[in-house]
Amino acid sequence: MNWFWYASPQTFYPLAGKLARASFAVAALLAVAGLYIGFAVAPTDAQQGEAYRIIYIHVPAAWMSMFLYLVMAFWAAMGLAFNTRLSGMMAQALAPTGALFTFIALWTGSLWGKPTWGTYWVWDARLTSELLLLFLYLGFMALQASIDDPRRADRAGAVLALVGVVNIPIIYFSVQWWNTLHQGASVNLKGSSMAPVMLAGMLVMTFACWAYAIGASLVRVRCIIRERGAA
Amino acid sequence: MSEFFSMGGYGWYVWGSYGVTLVALLIELVVLRSRTRKHETKA
Repeated sequence: MNWFWYASPQTFYPLAGKLARASFAVAALLAVAGLYIGFAVAPTDAQQGEAYRIIYIHVPAAWMSMFLYLVMAFWAAMGLAFNTRLSGMMAQALAPTGALFTFIALWTGSLWGKPTWGTYWVWDARLTSELLLLFLYLGFMALQASIDDPRRADRAGAVLALVGVVNIPIIYFSVQWWNTLHQGASVNLKGSSMAPVMLAGMLVMTFACWAYAIGASLVRVRCIIRERGAA
Repeated sequence: MSEFFSMGGYGWYVWGSYGVTLVALLIELVVLRSRTRKHETKA
């Protein structure tokens, strides 16, 4: 299979449509399974009671908010380096969904903070850097929207996206670098300190969010391809 | 059933999280659908 065939917007357009439908179907199935594990199978938490069940949406959304930014910055860099037409469109298509997951991470975190910390919001390093991530997404979208020529908009957005990448390790390591109210990571590549069934629910929900984000971004990139008259 | 919805007294926090998430995703899907429709009717 010649992957470069799909590097052009015209040939990618129909493929993106098929992939988007499949992604949404996978997302729906995984979300049902993940919520079933999270609400019906997983037990009540010994310390936090039922409030901990926010974890099944909070952690997947927070992971997606960072991951989507990295993917967006990757496509932005590809566009700058190789001047490929589809790259800038991919970056532009990912931004709103990334912003959405950032908002969800902040919102659910706030509702989780109230019962566990006693406050909806605190200016600690993790929360502040995640809020900055939301502004980076919104800034990227506003900057692109303010420039009429799509190729120039792509380049300007790409520079902003790449500068903002610096914020991702700051978010991730903030709980180690600073004394934060936010707890440290329960899961990393070396292992997990969570109960296996809770971890399972969280991972299934993460894949559901992943599939949803792929579906939404592909539908949006199809719109962008059409709007730029490239297919 | 009502026990499930009360979430041990944390109902507002738990359902507030999932409810707003659902609404946010639905808004994105509706916006995307109308944006797609616009192109299909033009074509």
